Amino acid sequence: MKINSSLMHAASHCVLIIGALFMLMPFIWMLCTAFKPPQEIFEASLWPFPKNFYGFQHFNEVIKSAPIGKYMLNGVIVCAGILFVQLLVAIPAAYALAKINFTGREFLFICILGALSVPIQATSLPLYIAMSASNLLNTYFAQMLPFFLSMFAIFLLRQNFKSFPDEIIHAARLDGMNELEIVWRVVTPSAIPAITAFAIFSLVAHWNDLYWPLIVISSTELAPPPLGMLLFASAESGANYGALMAGATLITTPMVLAFLIARRRFIQGITMTSFR
Amino acid sequence: MLKLNQANHQAKNENILGWALALPASFLLVMLYLLPITWVILMSLTNYELGAISFDWVGLRNFSKALEDEVFLRSFRNTFLYVALVLPSSIFLGLGIAILIHARKRTRSIYEVIYFLPVTSTLIAMATVFQFLLHPKLGPVNYLLTSIGIEAISFISDPQWVIPTLSVIGLWQLVGFNMILFLAGLSSIPEELYEAAELDGANGPIDRFIRITWPMLGPTTLFVMVTSCITAFKVFDTVATLTQGKSGSEVLLYALYLEGFQYFKMGYAAALTLVFLFFILILSIVQSRLIEKKVHYV
Repeated sequence: MKINSSLMHAASHCVLIIGALFMLMPFIWMLCTAFKPPQEIFEASLWPFPKNFYGFQHFNEVIKSAPIGKYMLNGVIVCAGILFVQLLVAIPAAYALAKINFTGREFLFICILGALSVPIQATSLPLYIAMSASNLLNTYFAQMLPFFLSMFAIFLLRQNFKSFPDEIIHAARLDGMNELEIVWRVVTPSAIPAITAFAIFSLVAHWNDLYWPLIVISSTELAPPPLGMLLFASAESGANYGALMAGATLITTPMVLAFLIARRRFIQGITMTSFR
Repeated sequence: MLKLNQANHQAKNENILGWALALPASFLLVMLYLLPITWVILMSLTNYELGAISFDWVGLRNFSKALEDEVFLRSFRNTFLYVALVLPSSIFLGLGIAILIHARKRTRSIYEVIYFLPVTSTLIAMATVFQFLLHPKLGPVNYLLTSIGIEAISFISDPQWVIPTLSVIGLWQLVGFNMILFLAGLSSIPEELYEAAELDGANGPIDRFIRITWPMLGPTTLFVMVTSCITAFKVFDTVATLTQGKSGSEVLLYALYLEGFQYFKMGYAAALTLVFLFFILILSIVQSRLIEKKVHYV
């Protein structure tokens, strides 16, 4: 029995390690190839590690030919802008839906639930036509606008605010606080964990989004990282895989690092998507 | 009388206050959802092309055209094949890995991080890496195949291989996500159930799995199934990066993207949008029913 269980133990580790290698393989090859001299890249082999270290030459090449730093900055601006407006809009609405008894509340909530599952691809045609008619294409604003309203944020925060004690709100009103002060200074701080989880979900989703930027952005000046990577990959005609892998490394690093630093919160924030 | 007046007054106040706080959200709801969707429905009944001066109402002709459109039908078949490949594999592997990881104590978090890593990474960049790994001449996969005497395969440009290849990449990205959902499901199974089953004579791991784990994970599994189905149905990034629809690899969203934003055939693209939205909404309705059910279970 004892031998049997330690055998099972070893077998399960074996399976997990083989699976883990499959998951990590693309990352390993990406990193190693980025540091390989071109002639080694052209000799296919099963050994991923460079025989001669090529230094950062591929990386220099990438930085010279593609504004990777600019892509990152664009990604940060767009993601931060989206998140800021999302919270600005969703928090008061979620508070109203949770705590204020107004006519039409049910109707508004049903509309929000209905829109919860409508993806960007469903509304992208009219949004594109409207933006092109008002000369908004190729702007940061165009990249952000469709995502300003997060049904998911409203839904999540409404659940959260509902459990906030009414007595505290009444006491705050008696103290002479107006309703906006109550929303931002009394109720919002109580929902920081939910807001953090949502923030991570939102940042990851929009940092990695390709569909919408591909439609509204055509200049490299404004491209976020995924679109930048696509532009860079199609510009690198032929098979300059050293530079491509260096570019891929640069593009993936920020998110992977952020994930490794805050992995609990990441896992929590991203798996929340399944409940929208 | 005074009290009634006061109550009336307060109700009126609450109406104003509620709508004032929800105003920005309501405005955006109308501008970003209600109007655009109405617009898509109306546009799907026209032959409007971006930049055209006029358009005609064509009734349901866009939809009947889709049924004869070789590219659309292929994108439809490809999407379903992709879902059919990604869905079962990501569920069984996700569940299997979750069960193995759940039994680990010290190494659990290391495995969790490794398997979850692809979920956070930028798929466009990683797709380029897969392109290299699968390269007919330079990639290690084909090197391995040729060294054991199998002819090299053009995974990305061979029409027979392209959708299965894309599904492997999809699986690679999705499996860690499903694993986490299954891990959450596994932690909610009370230990006493296993102890009780042991008293009843359920000993081997397979016995335990069939009698306790699988039935208790029922709601989680259904839920993971629908969620994965929605994700797989929306496949776009890998196609846009690796094939741009070449070698007959169009998927639904890519066909929609081409018609709308490359050929600017807005009327036809609107009809395709509605077909896409129809499937997403059906899946979402099933999903929200399952969330309600799941609340009862947990």
